[in-house]
Amino acid sequence: MRDFFQRNGAVISTYLLLAVFFWVVMMIVLPQAYMLNFSFRHDLLPNQIGGPKDVYTLSNYEYLLFGRPGDEELFNYLHLTVFLRTIIASIFVTLLDFALCYPIAYYIAQVAKGGYARSMILLLILPFWVNEILRAFAFRILFGTSGVINAFLQTMGILDEPIDFLRADVALYAGLSYAYILLMVFPLYNAIESLDHNQVEAARDLGSPWWRIHWRVVMPHAKPGIASGCTLVFMLSAGALAAPQILGGPSSLWFTQIIYQWFNTGGNWAQGSAYAIVLLLACLVFVLTVMKVFKVSLGEIAR
Amino acid sequence: MSADVELDHMTIRFGEFTAVKDANLKIEDGEFFSFLGPSGCGKTTILRAISGFLEPTEGEVRIGGKNMKGIGPNKRPTALIFQNLALFPLMSVADNIAFGLEVRGVGKAERRKRADELLDLIALGDQGNKKVSELSGGQKQRVAIARALAVEPAVLLLDEPLSALDLKLRQHMRTELRAIQQRVGITFIYITHDQGEALTMSDRIAVMSQGIIQQVGTGTEVYENSQTAFVASFVGENNPFHGKVVGTEGSDALVDTAFGRLRGRNVRGMQPGQSAMLFVRPESMSFANGDAENVIESQVLHSEFEGSFFSVFLRGEGAKDIVMSMTNSGDLPQYQEGESARVAFKAERALVLPVGDVADE
Amino acid sequence: MSSQGIQKLMVSFYILLFFLFLFAPLFMMGAAAFNDVEFPQVVPWEGFTLRWFPSLFEDDLMIEGFVNSIWIGIGVMALSVPIGLAAAIVMTQVHKRLQTVYYTVVVSPVLMPGVILGISTLVFWDKLGTFMEAEYESFYYSGMFLTIVGQSTFISAYTMLVFLARLQRFDRTQEEAALDLGATHVQVFWKVLIPFLRPAIFSAMGLAFLTSFENYNTTVFTIQAESTLTTVLAGKVRMGTQPDLAALAVLIIAVTLIGALAIEIAQRREQRREWAAKAAAAKAEREAEAIAAAAE
Repeated sequence: MRDFFQRNGAVISTYLLLAVFFWVVMMIVLPQAYMLNFSFRHDLLPNQIGGPKDVYTLSNYEYLLFGRPGDEELFNYLHLTVFLRTIIASIFVTLLDFALCYPIAYYIAQVAKGGYARSMILLLILPFWVNEILRAFAFRILFGTSGVINAFLQTMGILDEPIDFLRADVALYAGLSYAYILLMVFPLYNAIESLDHNQVEAARDLGSPWWRIHWRVVMPHAKPGIASGCTLVFMLSAGALAAPQILGGPSSLWFTQIIYQWFNTGGNWAQGSAYAIVLLLACLVFVLTVMKVFKVSLGEIAR
Repeated sequence: MSADVELDHMTIRFGEFTAVKDANLKIEDGEFFSFLGPSGCGKTTILRAISGFLEPTEGEVRIGGKNMKGIGPNKRPTALIFQNLALFPLMSVADNIAFGLEVRGVGKAERRKRADELLDLIALGDQGNKKVSELSGGQKQRVAIARALAVEPAVLLLDEPLSALDLKLRQHMRTELRAIQQRVGITFIYITHDQGEALTMSDRIAVMSQGIIQQVGTGTEVYENSQTAFVASFVGENNPFHGKVVGTEGSDALVDTAFGRLRGRNVRGMQPGQSAMLFVRPESMSFANGDAENVIESQVLHSEFEGSFFSVFLRGEGAKDIVMSMTNSGDLPQYQEGESARVAFKAERALVLPVGDVADE
Repeated sequence: MSSQGIQKLMVSFYILLFFLFLFAPLFMMGAAAFNDVEFPQVVPWEGFTLRWFPSLFEDDLMIEGFVNSIWIGIGVMALSVPIGLAAAIVMTQVHKRLQTVYYTVVVSPVLMPGVILGISTLVFWDKLGTFMEAEYESFYYSGMFLTIVGQSTFISAYTMLVFLARLQRFDRTQEEAALDLGATHVQVFWKVLIPFLRPAIFSAMGLAFLTSFENYNTTVFTIQAESTLTTVLAGKVRMGTQPDLAALAVLIIAVTLIGALAIEIAQRREQRREWAAKAAAAKAEREAEAIAAAAE
């Protein structure tokens, strides 16, 4: 600490410490800790604070599992289903994005040359400067009952009646995959780009078929990038709110939407906090699993 | 202000590691003083302690008699030339030179005037508006010196500033540095691992090894009267002969070695029975004629012609050869490999020193 | 055709499809902006119109959201750039053993769903406000303030990463040289470190502003009674849809394209400048050699 002050001088040291303190303590740690604390509380009216109900409770979590006490159903099937569906769909979106992006990332990183690769990267980035809401909106235009795809299929005579892609969640999954595709491409690209192309040549020289080259040479090298891309896409998909609100069918709910309802129409912040904690835990489990499976550190994932 | 620099029993430790141990010396005002030693010997640590980037663990640094404890680098009357020069890449050459004045609140016109004067001093008069990245290596070197001189330091510290230059430029800069020092008349403290630089430029040299100052003296002193085995082997070339002191005669000592009894100057007052190393410089050896003292019977391994002189390598102790060099006076005999040879040296040209670490070649 | 030719063709076809996937939605949306129907659609094409563009500016809600978004963006820049800078500098100095923990903590907001950041900011700062007895009508309780804080939680991590990348190329001896020449620590900071970081500061500011401007997940919790452009948009899109949204998208895409081109041009110019300096240095080197040779 004395070294720190000596090195930076009193004024600069104070600025550095205050700024970092404010961020780490006031913006990251305390809000998270308070949300966690809050999730174990009853939702109280101001006049109940300090009263007999101002105690710790598991009821918010119990609600997610079992629903309201005295309900007919054994479990809170509605919310649990939504939760599971969110997680599974997010995993699906992640895998889809990986499958879509890997060939492109490999192509730009190892096959395309100089200016061409640069232009392709620029092209990749461009769509993502467009607002998230508007991107979802674009998918609505594309997939709506009077949208381009339905019109196209009908003109071609493939369909008689338009398909409700929104209700079938096709639009949602496509929109989510689209929304976070960049976050898959770039980590993959960065990781594959650092691979010495001679290694690929050498493997080809030794007679490896192309799929084995990718499985044994390229992918192991790109592991940190794969881990990073998958983590980001999963997190963002599971935590997405705009896309499900816009592209989800009327009956389909995303877990974040339930959280949103607790805060908005539901007006039960404590309940919402508990749900948020559950989502956070799910994400944490996913990250830890990825770190374990790919044997990478957090530093390699978040760059 | 008088600007003698004193190190008073200064020790610097980093955790368990002792970088400098009990350094104790005084550098006079206006002196060109060098610290010479291999990399990792602690010389840069001493420089950083003088400039204020490090505080001594024990002992003190005094400049002009004043203890520098707690005085930061920006408050000391020293200026440091960094090994990588550390010029500011985003400023023009003139702005680099005037930086020290700028931070002292000197006005713009005055700054420009001083910068121009210094640019003239380093013969870059018309290059003040250039970017640093547009200069050649030698020019950058001179800008770094001018930048340091601009703050009119009482002591200029130089951390191997020539190491990045090529050989020819390095030799040229030696002369130039010495000339600048004599012109400005301030104390220069110079760090180097290159003995040629230290010997040609310095008034005095401190030879360092493993955090310890081995010897302080003029170039001639450390070369001719090395006080430790390390100094003898690090400064210039030297042939070591291991042995045991068997007697003393006046200012000489007799040492029994693998090549028989040899006599040298007992500069460290060694006593019979002590292990010793006797050092003879290659140029102090010659072929023996008749019954000279200090004769070594050996075999020629090979010889090398190097223009102005000629080196003969003889079989020495263990893996180490004995090197003998003779000036090329035009009538040098040729030696065949394997030929037996008798060489000798004068006792007053040999040093008997306590056994110690020798410098790696 | 050889099998390699087929393979090449397939790769090209795939790349084409991929970019079609990326751009087709945007093109469709762009086209819808000019279609003269009340519903955003491309087919059937009812004729070209520009009428959706002016209608954008008549939407007071959207204008208000837009203005709020700008202010929030500026607030986020003002908060997250200094924080990111400080955090990056501390990262370069923090003890090795602490570094991993510190890195994990400060990078965690990036890996956390935005809704969670919004919620935690909302519940904590609401409580803090009660604790500090902030006025209910004050700026503290306006959605703007909470949104700036909530967004900055993770945007500061972005700016920190930008600064870290640049700091890795910083030669610390420059700081020491400046100190040695008599500069105070504050002078070193302003005259040496900040000029070096200037490009990173601009990138960080741009990144912070754009990220803030388009953020939805965090904002939707912290904004409460107020609105930003994204929350207004989301509301409109959910309510049912109007072609003026497509018009807005066209405007955003146009601005983006211009911005991207400007950045590209600026980068190329910077590169040319570096090359010129290198050439000049090489020339000076040659001249020095010639002089040295002549002197001998």
